[in-house]
This record gives sequence, C-alpha cells and structure tokens, in this order.
Amino acid sequence: MNVAIIKRRAGRWALNGAAAVGLLYILTPLIFVTWLAFFYQEIPSFPPEGYSLRWFAAILDQPKFVNGFSLSFQVGVIATLIGLALAVPAALCITRFQFTFRAPLASLLLMPLIVPGVVLGTAMYVFHVTLENGLDVDVLGTFYALVAGHVVIVIPWIVRLVTASLSGVDRTTEEAAQNLGANAWVTFWRITLPAIRPGIVAGALFGFVTSFGNLEMSLFLVGPGRTTLPIVILQYLEWKIDPTIAAVSVVQILLICIAMLITDRYVRLARVV
Amino acid sequence: MARLDIQNLVKRYGDFHAVKDVSLSVADGEFVVLLGPSGCGKTTTLRMVAGFIEPTAGQVRLGDGDVTLLPPWRRNTGMVFQSYALFPHLTVAQNVAFGLEMRKVPKADMEKRVEEALALVRLSGYGARLPRQLSGGQQQRVALARALAIRPDVLLLDEPLSNLDAKLRQEVRVEIRELQRQLGLTTVMVTHDQEEALTMADRLVVMNEGTVHQVGSQRDLYERPADRFVAGFVGRTTFLAGTVESAGRFRTEGGLGLAVAGGTPGKAALSLRPERIEIAPAPLPGLDNDLPGTVEFVSYLGAQIDIHVRLSPADRLVVQVANRADGFSPEVGQQVHVGWRASAGQVFGE
Repeated sequence: MNVAIIKRRAGRWALNGAAAVGLLYILTPLIFVTWLAFFYQEIPSFPPEGYSLRWFAAILDQPKFVNGFSLSFQVGVIATLIGLALAVPAALCITRFQFTFRAPLASLLLMPLIVPGVVLGTAMYVFHVTLENGLDVDVLGTFYALVAGHVVIVIPWIVRLVTASLSGVDRTTEEAAQNLGANAWVTFWRITLPAIRPGIVAGALFGFVTSFGNLEMSLFLVGPGRTTLPIVILQYLEWKIDPTIAAVSVVQILLICIAMLITDRYVRLARVV
Repeated sequence: MARLDIQNLVKRYGDFHAVKDVSLSVADGEFVVLLGPSGCGKTTTLRMVAGFIEPTAGQVRLGDGDVTLLPPWRRNTGMVFQSYALFPHLTVAQNVAFGLEMRKVPKADMEKRVEEALALVRLSGYGARLPRQLSGGQQQRVALARALAIRPDVLLLDEPLSNLDAKLRQEVRVEIRELQRQLGLTTVMVTHDQEEALTMADRLVVMNEGTVHQVGSQRDLYERPADRFVAGFVGRTTFLAGTVESAGRFRTEGGLGLAVAGGTPGKAALSLRPERIEIAPAPLPGLDNDLPGTVEFVSYLGAQIDIHVRLSPADRLVVQVANRADGFSPEVGQQVHVGWRASAGQVFGE
C-alpha cells in the first residue's frame, strides 16, 4: 500500500470518528432520558431496579399533562398557520423587492431568534398590560395573546427557510410562465409556490417545534388554568423527580420524530435545512 | 404570425443608457438576429419586446396593436430562454400545455396541440418525462415546443444555443432555422456568437453600447461594414492605425505608405481581412500594395493557416492562407512579401 492511500484512509477514519463523537454528544441526553422513562423505581438511580411502563400510564392519569399537551399543540398549530400567512409574503418581499428599509426589515424578521425568551416574554407582558389598560379588554393570559406571542417566534424560522428556498428559484421560470400567459398571481400559485414548497414545509415544521417547546416566553403569557406542556413539566419538577417527566419527554421526542419523518417524505429536509 | 415594429426604443437606468433609440422592423416570417457583445443592449431590447422590461421611451408594435404598455401575459410572444426555464415540477407535456391552459384551450384540443408541438421538435413520446430526465438538447427542444404551442405572433430566442455543446449547437441551428421557415415564424434572436448569427439570420442587426450600428445581410456586414466596430465584430480583421494623407494615400503609424480606396484626410484605421491578403516568398508586383515583412507567428488551424507578419516595428498583419497541398507555408523568422489591392482594405476615420 502506498502512502497516499494510507493517508486518505486515515483522513476518512479521523473524519468519521469526529462525526461519531459529535453525534454521541447530541444523542447522549436523549438516550438517557429515554432509558430513564422505563425505570421502575420512583427515585432515579443506577442501576435500575427493574423496567416498567407505569410512568407512561401515569401521564394519562394526570389531566395537567394531557391539557398542557393539548394547549401546546393548539397554540403551535395556530401560531404556525398565522406565521405562514405573514412570513411567506414577508420572505417574498425581502427577496424580490428593493426598497429603502429592506435590510433592516430582513434583520427585524429574524430578531426573535436572537432576543432571549425571557426578554421577549417580559416585553410582551408589559405590552399586554398596557394594551389591557388602554383598551379595557382582557388581553393578559388569554389564549389569543399566547398565540400572538408564539407567532413572533415562529416567523423567523419560516422567513429564514422560505428566503433560502426562494433564492434557489430560477426567476426565468416565472418569466416563462408570464410569457405563456400567466399573470403575476397565477405565476405565483403555479410556479413559485411549488418551487418553494420544501422551504415552507420545513419552516412550518421548525416553527411548530419551536412553539411547542417554548418555555421562557410562555411563562409570562399563560393564564390561570391555561398552561403549556413545557410549563407543566417545569412545575412538576419543582416537587417531584420521578420518571414521569422522562416519559413525557419520550412522547414529545417521538412526536417530533414522526412529524419530521412525515415531512421528509414530501420534501427532503436535508436539502433545505 | 405578425410583423414586429420597434420605434425609437429607449431604456435608461438612472444615468446608464442600456438602449438608446433603437428602431427596427421585422417582416412577417422574417428571421432577424440581434448581434453584439455582452452589455450591448440586445437582450434588453428583446425583453422590452416580451414585456419584461418597461421602455423609458418608444414603442413596440406587434401586428396592428401597440403593446408597449401591456404586461408580458397580454402579449402573444413565445420566448425561449437561455436557461430554457422549464418548469421543473411539471412533465414535458404539462410544460408544453401551460400556455394553452392559460389560453383556456379545450382539453381535447389541448392534447392534440401538445402532441403536435412535441412532434415538431421530434420529442413525441417524451410527454410523461420530467425536464431533469432529459438531456440539454432535449430540454432546449421542449422549451421551443412550449413557445411554439401557443402559436405566438413572434418567436423570441434569447441566446437559445449557448448552453449546448459545440457539435449539438450546429445541428440545432439548422433545425431551428428549418422549423422557422416551414412555419413562417416571425423571429427575433439574440446572440453574441457571430457564426450562429450568420448561419441563421435573414437579416442581422449589429448593436453596441445600446445603439444599432448596422442592419443588413451577412454580405453587407462583412463586405461593407458601416463603421470600425462592425468591421471588427463581424468576421476577423486587422486594423492598422495611421492617417489618411490624401484620398487614396494612407500612412501607418509605423511609417508605411499604402494605397487605399478613398478616405478623407485625418486620423484613421485601415481594416484588412486576413483572407484578402496574399503572401509569397518573392515580391508581388501585380498588386497595389506590396511590402516585405518577417513571419513572427504561425498558427496551424487545419483547413487554414494564420500567419502573423511584422511589416514595421509598429505594424503587424494577420494573413490567412488556405492549407493547400501546393500552397506556400512559411516558417517563423522567414522573410516574405505580402500584398493586396487597394480595394481590399477599408478606411475608417476617427
């Protein structure tokens, strides 16, 4: 064997090794949480005394988990839909038109990704109080206010991913459609939208996952008897550390995995993200 | 099909004049080529005809109607794009049917017309494929079929062959030209490739820096270029810089006195086509100009040979000779004589 081949193989091994370490680092917490969810005993300790599904059953026995899950799901879906209606046109606007405040607008739309959730939550809380006092209607702690808050954190993901797929669209295909008799609106529906569908689907998925898992901002926006799943988990952890939470997490991980697998069947996520 | 009239078309971007006062008429069934280097305004002109760019001033008339202010989808033009611009998510048949759908052609009729259009470009049976499953040449033909299916008033071709390899390009040139004749299509093509332009056009329009320099047949442009730009752009030529001393007398910067046809006194450039110059080992007494020189460079191109001859420290000439079995083929460094008739050169004042 000559030196070049040995060198190339060594390089490949080093690369694979580094990738394996990275992957392990990401997966370790997930693996441990999943393992823990099946422990029999109440106080997690190693080695486990036995395995059981009792903690999964325990989730269903406690309405706060079921309700929290249901609320998070509803908020996530509605916030994502509203986010799509706002962010897709916004992405089109900042990629297709030249105007004075284009660059600042583009940054503004991505801002919620950078601002810490606690800051965002506080700001919204103050805003809601002001609004409530000024308009004399219920705002604080309502379902709509919660959804409105989540729309803000969904938007950047959709804007980012749709912008990325828009920049890959061959503009001449749109011109060709117009040349063949399609007006601007028909061109968008028939040509542009199919071309950016992967970005839209991926953006919606990431937006939904972000909304579903959001804790910091939601803490300021929930009302009595209206608690999202991450907050339920936090509150539960203040008093107990039994594996129920691990079981809840496993359910969450599974749901997100399923969502990704389904999405991946329609658009190759690896190509957009 | 219809005639196309462009009148005093202007496009300005701020201070930049992309197109300055271009007028052109294309007769029904005529194939006109806009030829020029990149940035000369030819594509901008074509896009103003298609309606993608709104002119700053001037008029575009298609048939009897003024279409200057109509959006692209209200004009009946068929365009073939340089990148083909096929819709990647639609099949070949759906691509071709798109324009018919927009025109609300009944379904049964539509299928027939899609079939016809695909048959014209010899792609029958490819209807169910996706564009990415086709070769570049096939994609180009789909783009052509799509433009033809709508029976456009005018066919617009924007560098349609530049993404094909050289061999295919020569075939497709002939194919498009035959189809255009057979269907009597009024056609405007844009290209920077003069060979392509010369083989396909009925009439050529040479553009540079937003203006039309000359409109004419292949022979007009080559034999009687209107100005120095056209002489240099169409075909090959060597320019010798110098001055016209009096009508018929030209002195190069290197000090050579040459006989030329006409010319008005003043600074000028003499254009000499490489194939119109004779080269021999001995003097050429029968010609108006006969000069000794040294061969500096020879490039062997197969059918012909280019010989670069140094006439004076400031003057160098390219001579092209046919590669005949009995022909003269000098070596680098050899002393030779070059000669030409006064009428072979053309003088352009500055």
